[in-house]
Amino acid sequence: MLNLLLSRLATAIPSIVGVVVVTFMLTRLLPGDPAAYFAGLAASPQAIAEIRTKLGLDKSLPEQFVAYVGDLLQGNLGNSLSTGQPVVTEIATRLPASAELTLFALIVAVGIAIPLGVLAAVKQGTWVDHLCRIVTTAGVSLPVFFTGLLLAYVFYYLLQWAPAPTGRLDIFLSPPPDITGFYLIDSLLSGNLETFWSALRQLALPAISMAIFSLAPLARMTRGSMLAVLGSDFIRTARASGLSPRTVVFTYAFRNAVLPVITTLGMVFSFLLGANVLVETVFAWPGIGLYAVNALITSDYAPVQGFVLTMAVLYVTLNLTIDFVYGLVDPRVRLES
Amino acid sequence: MKRRTFFKSTAAAGAAMTAAPAIWSEAKAQARNETLLLITESPPNSMDIQGVGTNRPSYEVSWNTYDRLITYGVKKDANGNDHYDYTKLEPELATEWNVTPTSATFKLRKGAKFHDGTPITAKDVKWSFDRAVSVGGFPTFQMKAGSLEKPEQFVAVDDNTFRVDFVRADKLTMPDIGVPVPVIMNSELCKKHATAADPWAMEWLKNNLAAGGAYKIERWQPGQEVVFMRNDDWQNGPLPKIKRVIRRIIPSAGNRRALLERGDADISFDLPPKDFAELATSPKLTVIGTAIENAMVYLGMNVNEKPFNDVKVRQAVAWALPYQQIMDSVMFGRALPLFGGADNLSKGSYWPQKDGYKTDIAKAKALMAAAGYADGFETTLSFDLGMASTNEPLTILVQESLKQIGIKATINKIPGANWRGELLKKNLPMIANAFGGWLNYPEYFFFWCYHGQNAVFNTMGYKNPAMDALIDKARFTSGAEYDKLVKGFIDIAFEEVPRVPIFQPLLDVAMQKNITGYRYWFHRQLDYRQLVKS
Repeated sequence: MLNLLLSRLATAIPSIVGVVVVTFMLTRLLPGDPAAYFAGLAASPQAIAEIRTKLGLDKSLPEQFVAYVGDLLQGNLGNSLSTGQPVVTEIATRLPASAELTLFALIVAVGIAIPLGVLAAVKQGTWVDHLCRIVTTAGVSLPVFFTGLLLAYVFYYLLQWAPAPTGRLDIFLSPPPDITGFYLIDSLLSGNLETFWSALRQLALPAISMAIFSLAPLARMTRGSMLAVLGSDFIRTARASGLSPRTVVFTYAFRNAVLPVITTLGMVFSFLLGANVLVETVFAWPGIGLYAVNALITSDYAPVQGFVLTMAVLYVTLNLTIDFVYGLVDPRVRLES
Repeated sequence: MKRRTFFKSTAAAGAAMTAAPAIWSEAKAQARNETLLLITESPPNSMDIQGVGTNRPSYEVSWNTYDRLITYGVKKDANGNDHYDYTKLEPELATEWNVTPTSATFKLRKGAKFHDGTPITAKDVKWSFDRAVSVGGFPTFQMKAGSLEKPEQFVAVDDNTFRVDFVRADKLTMPDIGVPVPVIMNSELCKKHATAADPWAMEWLKNNLAAGGAYKIERWQPGQEVVFMRNDDWQNGPLPKIKRVIRRIIPSAGNRRALLERGDADISFDLPPKDFAELATSPKLTVIGTAIENAMVYLGMNVNEKPFNDVKVRQAVAWALPYQQIMDSVMFGRALPLFGGADNLSKGSYWPQKDGYKTDIAKAKALMAAAGYADGFETTLSFDLGMASTNEPLTILVQESLKQIGIKATINKIPGANWRGELLKKNLPMIANAFGGWLNYPEYFFFWCYHGQNAVFNTMGYKNPAMDALIDKARFTSGAEYDKLVKGFIDIAFEEVPRVPIFQPLLDVAMQKNITGYRYWFHRQLDYRQLVKS
């Protein structure tokens, strides 16, 4: 297991180096002059030149790159110009918001998609199967920002069931003490049920919009993989041996069908990190997606680079985790490695 | 982790939903009544108005937390709403002042204190003014607009007396002392955080206040919210009515509207014109639209290249724009027309004002033919994507209309971050753009937008020595001669038409019925100090 982990880590390093180089180049190649943008409305060419010097943009590209890598090695991702704060602190405070939302959405999606997929496979051709088809088709067809706006309109504006889409908490509550950065967990740990309830209510709509979007691949994959396993010889043998349908489906079929579902889960998780950007804008969610979009609009290099780098590290970690989980689910994977 | 425990724990996670606890907090309702919730699109990026790249929302933070020496009076506008009065200067930190042809002497308020309790003295004022003219960039530039140029001009006579020596007689000097830039900072506090490399404590002041103004900052979460708390010891004006202000970022315009309509938020700028037009008819909300002084949305043409170097072509374009359609279906009536006057002669020494153009395709075609372009030509029409909600429909209407006189314009969308860079190059043939100046003087607008010094905002690259002479002279004259000069350059602008004025935008704000006391300011940010929530 350790060997596997180490070899995977070794392959991850070149990807991260690549990401560093590419994001640096890309942000410099993008059109737009941050100095002109930040010089403000009434700027003279001289004022713009002064700002360019202050930002170090008058230096040559290799010089800028060396400075950037030097800072990076000291854990300094630079300062965001549009919020005026160090990128590291901003990402550190915003990542838990995005992670809480994404994980919660994923749990909701898994909680619905896997039973639905299993049922659709077991009762192939019945109404459950059709329901599964309809839900998944609708889920992939609706863009996530649209679902978000629609849910906010219906459940907040018309019905008033959901709270105002103003971020992670009711505006008049103060955030729970910072333990994990996840409001749901922190508020429970500090025993503040009012905050917990508020955080859960705020989380519901954005998480559901993201869950609807990610249901489809999970349910389809569960159904397909279950069907393949249910048609195989060892299931027929199990059935013939008189094992109860419950044991056949859950103990034998599902456990064998779950591997491709985990792969999909990894992919869906990375999709969701991308989909975050849109949902966060709709629900004023103070996560890193919103942060990155604002930075892109203003040609603010440092946060864009920081964001891409964080995402790259997250993806690599995610892939490592999935490899690790494979080993837990299927002993054969462990042996082969 | 074992395989079996792993399965068990994932199954347990699904059952983690809890029942709704019934919790009610009375403190929350109480806080709600004393708090103003302002929702908006963009967050401040600094607490220091004199910092590098400080954005517009930061001006609002600075305006409400810092004092200036003087401020502007108030008048009622045509609709009976409060409007700052640029002709009347009033005390803020300074209680009285004496202006001679060579200097202005200010008496500071006795007993005025910074947030940390230090008395405010002339030493602090001098330090702050020195800083504004020394740090470079926008603040220094704005100070220069009022001939406030070097530290030697500022003298701390004694603890309560501060003098500004003039480098020249400039009627913008006194008004410029009331703009958001020259704030009064706590010099001792700032010096503690200054370093040899950073003598003006730029780094520290970005995230911290050294202020003595009407509000303190209770919490600042960059990119999310700023929470303001009233400074109960404030001496430099009537104590504000609102105890707490939460300025929260809601990025989606649709949700900002929903929050207002549901009564969850108190006040908001930043909605599309269509929403304001609809909200204005709602019985639940007050919508106030104030014409933005010295501002216009216009179509600019590059006068240094064919075919727009020909004045007849420019006039043809001015006669061919679909003015009324733009007013109705782009702005939904939330703007003032700058077209359709009786003729192209100015009606007074004010700006902006209506020119004589209106949509007249026959006249436009005749002018095109006279210029030798009877068959038309191809060109591009560019706009800033950052303002796409009005620019996009506007340019499409213009494109349609120009097609009728043979001009085939391709629409070129330029991303916001890139827009200024493109403007600086001055090679876009035709653009739709907006400009507004802080100080409400016609010659100030013309200095930026038409003068041959060719500032960024002279987007047409227009140069006319006759007009330059009028603008330069107007800055230092007054009375009847001033009126004549202003009328002179407005007439040239209308006749030569390097830019076609389309409309004067409104600054719209929507608020709950129980919010009163809203005042329009030239800096277009919200002043919390006069607002009342009943």
